[in-house]
Amino acid sequence: MGQTLIEKIISHNTGDASVRPGQIVTVNVDRVMIHDIFIPFVVEKFREMGFTKVWDPDKVVLIYDHLVPTSAVEDVRHFKIGDAFVKEQGLTHFHRADGICHQLMPEMGYARPGQIVFGTDSHTTTYGCVGCFSSGIGYTEMASILGTGEMWCRVPETIRIEIDGDLPKGVYAKDVILTVIGDLRADGATYKSLEFSGSCVEKMSVSSRMTMSNMSIECGAKCALFVPDEKTAAFSGVSLESVSWVKPDPDAHYERVIYYNAADFVPVVACPSQVDNIHPVSEKAGVKVDEVFLGSCTNGRLEDLAVAARILKGKKIAPYVNMIVTPASRSIYREAIKAGYIETLAEAGAMITQPGCGLCCGRAGGILTDGETVLATNNRNFLGRMGTSGVNIYLGSPATAAMTALTGVITAEA
Amino acid sequence: MSSFTGKIWVLGDDIDTDIIIPTEYLALPTVDDMKKYAFSPLRPELAGQIQSGDIIVAGKNFGCGSSREQAPEIIKHLGVACVIAKSFARIFFRNSINNGLLLIESDLYDHVKEGDEISVTLGESIEHDGVSYPISPLPKNLTDILEAGGLVKAMQKRNGLI
Repeated sequence: MGQTLIEKIISHNTGDASVRPGQIVTVNVDRVMIHDIFIPFVVEKFREMGFTKVWDPDKVVLIYDHLVPTSAVEDVRHFKIGDAFVKEQGLTHFHRADGICHQLMPEMGYARPGQIVFGTDSHTTTYGCVGCFSSGIGYTEMASILGTGEMWCRVPETIRIEIDGDLPKGVYAKDVILTVIGDLRADGATYKSLEFSGSCVEKMSVSSRMTMSNMSIECGAKCALFVPDEKTAAFSGVSLESVSWVKPDPDAHYERVIYYNAADFVPVVACPSQVDNIHPVSEKAGVKVDEVFLGSCTNGRLEDLAVAARILKGKKIAPYVNMIVTPASRSIYREAIKAGYIETLAEAGAMITQPGCGLCCGRAGGILTDGETVLATNNRNFLGRMGTSGVNIYLGSPATAAMTALTGVITAEA
Repeated sequence: MSSFTGKIWVLGDDIDTDIIIPTEYLALPTVDDMKKYAFSPLRPELAGQIQSGDIIVAGKNFGCGSSREQAPEIIKHLGVACVIAKSFARIFFRNSINNGLLLIESDLYDHVKEGDEISVTLGESIEHDGVSYPISPLPKNLTDILEAGGLVKAMQKRNGLI
């Protein structure tokens, strides 16, 4: 019997051609990502375990993003510890203010097709957009990988999600993944691998696939994989031939296959305060908002800024709305400047911030209070996520965000 | 087999890591500084009420959300003997084992109310109100980590420190 994509990647890594779901295996880790929030804890555990040298400095990436720029004096401690560890271990893959970790890992080629990557953040599932098995772990486990280069994992079952056809106008990858999460529910893919396929995802950009793999953790998935194609190869800077093995066998066994007709999708929002509380935008149309957030590792890419700029060109956002725009990385920020998107959004009344996690993790740059409502393009609307627990957080696509900023009430793109 | 008895606190489905410890407190220097904010978005008084040896019982998908390991660490620092839920989110599950926090998968949530007392016999069963709920065993590589006292101790052993 053939293998699913995740089984293929694990077999390739371990040299055991017959890996099956449920089996517990030890893999050789191709790359790890640590971010600023957890670096002090990783270093502490690493020393406590008795390690002195990381197993391979070239395989370690340290990214400052959650605390950039700092919003509390305690934050500085994280940078001091991180800086010292970089120097001590001779780490070269280090980013102080270049963007959000999950954007940079695939963008910089740190996470590539067929590789196995772990990161100290739940949205590490993002790198599945290029066919990389990537998953989030805690800092203790990260410390043990830094010392050993190895990690145990249980080979997951696979749910295949097949989406065929063309998305209607005004419907984007964000609407697709929110709908899938609403159908699977918040725990529907726990411990499992999602494998996306079908003509609709084949037509998607790598950026759109990234939106979907990023959010797959919201239904519990261990990873969320797309088969690499020409677009992936160009994005990751590899030859298509070198990654041609990164695909499922035709006779692979899936725990479940779910089919969608792309034409059936509509613009949706995740309503307070669960990501699987999905409703069509039309049902929530007219809900007044105080703030709109366009950004994050889910939807802070050039194509997202382009959609918003197209909708807001030559217009002004509602006078009572704060609109915050946070490009996902420095390179995206610069490209958006060149393309004129930043100018368009600033003229429309948006505040543009430094690339980073900022508002999405509720630490800075637009946090709200009880009774206020925000329409945001990021990945979580948990209680208290973007301020106090009385804040109403709706999650939607960049188009819904731009339309909502324009009208001041939740609105889909016509 | 070790056994223990404790009073239970009952939480619902999908208790996420932002509820267990909101991001704004993650930069506090120690887990002890953070623990008074445990569960604060949902029940701000709870962290002060939990006594050492108490047990948390919850519905499905406990610990969903971020990879923050402070979530199981804080629960352990509050003195919670174990968390019994219908299911656990993946990263939280690994983090708990690595920190020596005992997790038990059971549908006990459907049969209890807050303040009840239950008895747990590891590897065997949970007893509540005259009813016995069986517990399925963990895979060996996980019991090895738990028995070592968490992943740090397991690595210290590997590196010849203990």
